[in-house]
Amino acid sequence: MNSASCAAKISTQPFSLNPTSPASHDRPLVSPKPASLFLGSTRKLRLSSSSKLNLHRRSGTVVAVSDVVKQKKSKSTHSLLITKEEGLELYEDMILGRAFEDMCAQMYYRGKMFGFVHLYNGQEAVSTGFIKLLKQQDSVVSTYRDHVHALSKGVPARAVMSELFGKTTGCCRGQGGSMHMFSREHNLLGGFAFIGEGIPVATGAAFTSKYKREVLKEADCDHVTLAFFGDGTCNNGQFFECLNMAALWKLRIVFVVENNLWAIGMSHLRATSDPQIYKKGPAFGMPGIHVDGMDVLKVREVAKEAIGRARRGEGPTLVECETYRFRGHSLADPDELRDPAEKAHYAARDPITALKKYLIENSLASEADLKAIDKKIDEVVEDAVEFADESPVPSQSQLLENVFADPKGFGIGPDGRYRCEDPKFTEGTAHV
Amino acid sequence: MGFRNIIGRRLGLGLVRRRKPFSTATCDGDGNGNAKSINLYSAINQALHIALETDNRAFVFGEDVSFGGVFRCTTGLADRFGKARVFNTPLCEQGIVGFGIGLAAMGNRAIAEIQFADYIYPAFDQIVNEAAKFRYRSGNQFNCGGLTIRAPYGAVGHGGHYHSQSPEAFFCHVPGIKVVIPRSPRQAKGLLLSCIRDPNPVVFFEPKWLYRLAVEEVPEHDYMLPLSEAEVIRQGSDITLVGWGAQLSVMEQACNEAEKDGISCELIDLKTLLPWDKETVEASVRKTGRVLISHEAPVTGGFGAEISASIVERCFLRLEAPVARVCGLDTPFPLVFEPFYMPTKNKILDAIKATVNY
Repeated sequence: MNSASCAAKISTQPFSLNPTSPASHDRPLVSPKPASLFLGSTRKLRLSSSSKLNLHRRSGTVVAVSDVVKQKKSKSTHSLLITKEEGLELYEDMILGRAFEDMCAQMYYRGKMFGFVHLYNGQEAVSTGFIKLLKQQDSVVSTYRDHVHALSKGVPARAVMSELFGKTTGCCRGQGGSMHMFSREHNLLGGFAFIGEGIPVATGAAFTSKYKREVLKEADCDHVTLAFFGDGTCNNGQFFECLNMAALWKLRIVFVVENNLWAIGMSHLRATSDPQIYKKGPAFGMPGIHVDGMDVLKVREVAKEAIGRARRGEGPTLVECETYRFRGHSLADPDELRDPAEKAHYAARDPITALKKYLIENSLASEADLKAIDKKIDEVVEDAVEFADESPVPSQSQLLENVFADPKGFGIGPDGRYRCEDPKFTEGTAHV
Repeated sequence: MGFRNIIGRRLGLGLVRRRKPFSTATCDGDGNGNAKSINLYSAINQALHIALETDNRAFVFGEDVSFGGVFRCTTGLADRFGKARVFNTPLCEQGIVGFGIGLAAMGNRAIAEIQFADYIYPAFDQIVNEAAKFRYRSGNQFNCGGLTIRAPYGAVGHGGHYHSQSPEAFFCHVPGIKVVIPRSPRQAKGLLLSCIRDPNPVVFFEPKWLYRLAVEEVPEHDYMLPLSEAEVIRQGSDITLVGWGAQLSVMEQACNEAEKDGISCELIDLKTLLPWDKETVEASVRKTGRVLISHEAPVTGGFGAEISASIVERCFLRLEAPVARVCGLDTPFPLVFEPFYMPTKNKILDAIKATVNY
């Protein structure tokens, strides 16, 4: 069953009902609502005459954006999807993700980092394809496989590596670790170990953007939120609840499913009644798109469309990226369950190799350019490791900070110092 | 991360079994027949095999159980009993437990696995509002006694916020369910079989640190250990220590050290936290006059508070010192500072001395 569905995914052309007119699904079907009813939930119930339209609207017109683009592309071989600068940027970002994750594996097996580490090898196209189109103020919510999302969003490699080593210079001061990358500066809202927990958070962040624009009248606020999650999460209640809320309130959010077919050891095909996740979007009133997540250019085109929709205030989109992780679920996973043929198939579709080929064949970059980038990234990653190594470990009092809002934390003795710093601290019952 | 890196530590030695006169044990697992030296996850695996063998309406389900589970507790079950009885569920804890309640209500034995106790919270609603109240509110027409929820809990050295939590206190506050925590492989097998066959819904927390580390002689036959009976695993006369699960091994080390200073410690394994065996603990406190409770969960509102309050109610005049609690700190379970956060042997030792010298 596995190989048959793999074959289906190879020819990954999303079926298109209306290839020439990307439908916008959000034109109001009743008379235009007054500006104050921005929540939409106060919309009057649809009358029967428009309920037919309503049904039609929800009957699953899936926009095959990449089809449109493909047609355009074949018409004029001279119009390329990206410029040289963009190409090199994408390449650099993907190489950074790959090199960083490989270095993580090395460091883990050397005992420099610990805990549960989940690597992103193979899925770089999704992160790069989407996040590189964002502005700094746009937010990203990720999962436990978040190192590369953090890097793409702009968090310095040093900060991420330090966080992994548990040092104070990490992006979360060493308190979060591998699965909890946060960055206020870059609007990365984490890093969630618990699957599905990030999606409602992303929904709330998207609501803020809408609120700022429509209620606080910051007319130029068009921040978009991206929520990344996996195929397993799409069977979780929180996912569906948020699709509903986002569509109901037309939030500026894009739900990006990184469908790598496996949730630890559970095959997506055996865990889901309808494995085609993109179909779940129209059920809630938003477009659902399936894209080849091993091809960064296709992902980028779809992302442009989806993020553009969100920015214009047209509502959320569900994008399913068919991708694959080359390594096991985490560094502790022996990865025995996946068929080697499946792994080989996807290894042949390595997004970095594909982009490299594209750049060279279309004369956007030379081998030398790309090698220079490889070398630069190697240095960046090495530097990150050195920096992390030399950074200080947090002091013990940091354990007690940030539980509540008071930055000093608690456990302060009458002499004004943390009780835990008193050498006689362990005497008694260790209450702080 | 010092104390627990000892591999293959035997917890079976040094157990002193004190038989209660009114013990309801069908068999104590006292070494009748063959006993093999196995670790915790193997013991649990054996228990599950036996449970499915002896009841053809028993099911095991959860995330990733069919290949054996992330801790290998369910190895071999799918192959032996078939996919209709041992199956994977999608990633939805609320759905898993709710579905289990439905199975149990129709008379099946549903053994649900939650992959980590940290992930049990979406299912908390179903457990508290449905499982615990099913028999009560249907006037005993229906019950979900056949439901057993297993979850690995507790620190593991590198788990961080979401692979190390000890949520037993939340569940101990719910009338209608039982909460059971084994300390070793032999206990785990017997207790798990009791839980599965108990006519009430049970939440069974397994100390994940001990899955591979704890090795003990476990009888191969079917045996059950009684619920709601605490066990005195070490006799003493100066102070009573109460604990459960993996924490007992730390407490035992502290007891050994205290012995060198001439303090004789009595160590009690509660085994069942809800409903807990007040008589055994009270009898011990009446003997020693001092009590110390230790658990990994944060101290405020932890189960130690309930034990402390009950003991004070019952033994106030006998107590020579305040009830001591050596527990985790009141912070989220940390990543880097785990050794500092945990109730370590030294903290317990200091508390023993302080209590004895009060």
